[in-house]
Amino acid sequence: MLKINNLQASIEDKQILKGINLEVKPGEVHAIMGPNGSGKSTLASVLAGKEDYEVNGGDVEFLGEELLEMSPEERAQKGLFLAFQYPVEIPGVSNTNFLKTAVNEIRKARGEEPFDAVTFLKEMKEKMKIVNIDQSLMGRALNEGFSGGEKKRNEIFHMAMLQPQLAILDETDSGLDIDALKVVANGVNALRDGERSFIVVTHYQRLLDYIVPDFVHVLYKGKIVKSGTKELALELEEKGYDWIIKEVEEKESK
Amino acid sequence: MSKFYVDAALKNDALSHLENIAEAFEAEGEIASKRRSAAEAFSEMDFPSIKHEEWKYTNVKKLISKNYQFGGNSAITAEQLELIKDLEAHVLVFVNGQYRADLSNIKETGKMVIAPLSEAVKSHTEVVEKHFGAYAKVEEESFPALNTAFAEEGVFIHVPKSVAVETPVYALYVVDTNTADTISQPRNLVVVEENAQFTFIENSQTIGEEHTAFINAVSEVFVAPNAIVDHYKIQNDETNAMQVSTTAVEQSDRSVYNNTVITVSGGLIRNNLNIALGEHCENHMNGLYILNGKTHVDNHTAVDHKKPNSNSNELYKGILDGQSTGVFNGKIFVREGAQKTNAFQSNKNILMSDQANCDTKPQLEIWADDVSCSHGCTVGALDEEPMFYLRARGISEDKARALLMFAFAGDVLEKVKVPALKSYIERIIAKRLNYDLD
Repeated sequence: MLKINNLQASIEDKQILKGINLEVKPGEVHAIMGPNGSGKSTLASVLAGKEDYEVNGGDVEFLGEELLEMSPEERAQKGLFLAFQYPVEIPGVSNTNFLKTAVNEIRKARGEEPFDAVTFLKEMKEKMKIVNIDQSLMGRALNEGFSGGEKKRNEIFHMAMLQPQLAILDETDSGLDIDALKVVANGVNALRDGERSFIVVTHYQRLLDYIVPDFVHVLYKGKIVKSGTKELALELEEKGYDWIIKEVEEKESK
Repeated sequence: MSKFYVDAALKNDALSHLENIAEAFEAEGEIASKRRSAAEAFSEMDFPSIKHEEWKYTNVKKLISKNYQFGGNSAITAEQLELIKDLEAHVLVFVNGQYRADLSNIKETGKMVIAPLSEAVKSHTEVVEKHFGAYAKVEEESFPALNTAFAEEGVFIHVPKSVAVETPVYALYVVDTNTADTISQPRNLVVVEENAQFTFIENSQTIGEEHTAFINAVSEVFVAPNAIVDHYKIQNDETNAMQVSTTAVEQSDRSVYNNTVITVSGGLIRNNLNIALGEHCENHMNGLYILNGKTHVDNHTAVDHKKPNSNSNELYKGILDGQSTGVFNGKIFVREGAQKTNAFQSNKNILMSDQANCDTKPQLEIWADDVSCSHGCTVGALDEEPMFYLRARGISEDKARALLMFAFAGDVLEKVKVPALKSYIERIIAKRLNYDLD
């Protein structure tokens, strides 16, 4: 599905990613954890194609193709989805209108017939149930005036509509109360089908109680410094990140 | 350089053209006398140069250096007219400044009077005499003075007390430039009496590409107490179409007047909108300009809060691409004693190219102390965050840009209340922005 090989990226001459290696196979859920400023969100943004970052080393293979060569829209059309940490408010563009455009652009790129209005609405109704999202949010401008929880729920709803191969959730849990968190997690779990893969970027272990990962990686100073299974997340929750930081620094000083 | 361009071809031609309309001038009565004094005033002044504070960003030198034909025939047919699909309206067509009954379509008007101005001068002399030239100033204003002196034709509307007119009036100014540079000077007078309601839509259309079309328009609108007027102007003309348009509005107490100007293309355009407010008035000024190529649009608006307790709301938005230039100058006057005034103004611009340019200037003069006024203007590129968000969801760059620009225009479009007109405007804007409306 995804093969990240020695990925390095910087922003405004500041090196953030310093050689990331990661392989995600179909159906797998990978959690990426780490202290603030370790490069978690940068990794998510670089994978989605944000132009603010300069990739200055390494390569990424996505479904057999060179991901970094593609524009953001090509990545999405190929099946990559990023749930934003901070979903952007876009006044004047209705949630429904936007989704219809996005869904049909993606369908077109995949050589499928665009949805007509009726099919689209049916599809939407179905997917709305998955994230338990309110109908009233559909007619409103995209994310404008949405609460934090509504925004995150809307991201998962978009994901359900766009049916990606690989979804990256960038701190989707931050700022969510437990009920909203469960809704988001249920949405993700409903989309787990053994084929679709997920990268869940999070600062806290809590989300992983609900979205159980196959692998957990710790990102620190732009590198994956530790990988393990879901038990690693529990250990991090209990002991914090300091012991890993210490381990890394000891290794470095040797 | 002085503040004026002296010895302009347009001035000389206009003055010699006076002979041709001597008959109208020498007539008895108030109108002829107003036109004589406008002609006199015009002969004493010159057109403003860019040294003139009000014309700093709009250079009319080329415009006034041409030898225009006044009037002139046209072979335009009804099929060629730029009409609005599905719009139920009284249609008045003017070609090269002349009213064309054969191309117009005035329906059953009931108690309302719709007439070309030349007829109204004779048939509704009293109303015309009372309002003609009462609101559009000619002193020190060469373009309105020129119009007033030569105004031969235009729309005359009289809506009597308590008549709510549901069918709008659509005025189309056609300039046929196939044979020569041509000037057209529509002169409209809209008088809406107490508690009445009326909607006025203006559009222009240029035929022929080689020569210049120059529309020097003046509209005077009188809104009596408790009356409501919606006024729309569409500017989606050819690049050889120049326009100086002056709209002067007198709002009586408790009246409502909404003005919306949509500019999508043209050569050089200057819009002057001057509004005087009574007490407890409601006023909206909306503008949208979406430009490319070398189109230049200058919107000068002035709202004068003369009395207390009135609201004015101004929203002008621009998207400038290519080498286009936009100017916004918004004046708000709050006179001494005009307490409890609410006056809001906003001008937002998106520059889509490095060569596009925009100058925006709010000008507030407030002489009362218990008022609520605000203004804000922005000029900048399209935000990158929303662009990335849309693209990351699979929407191509071009489509994402079109979507965002169309959305940017949305809150001005929302102000258009006539459904057929709104879809017409949506279509021309969508076409310009390559936005797929479906």
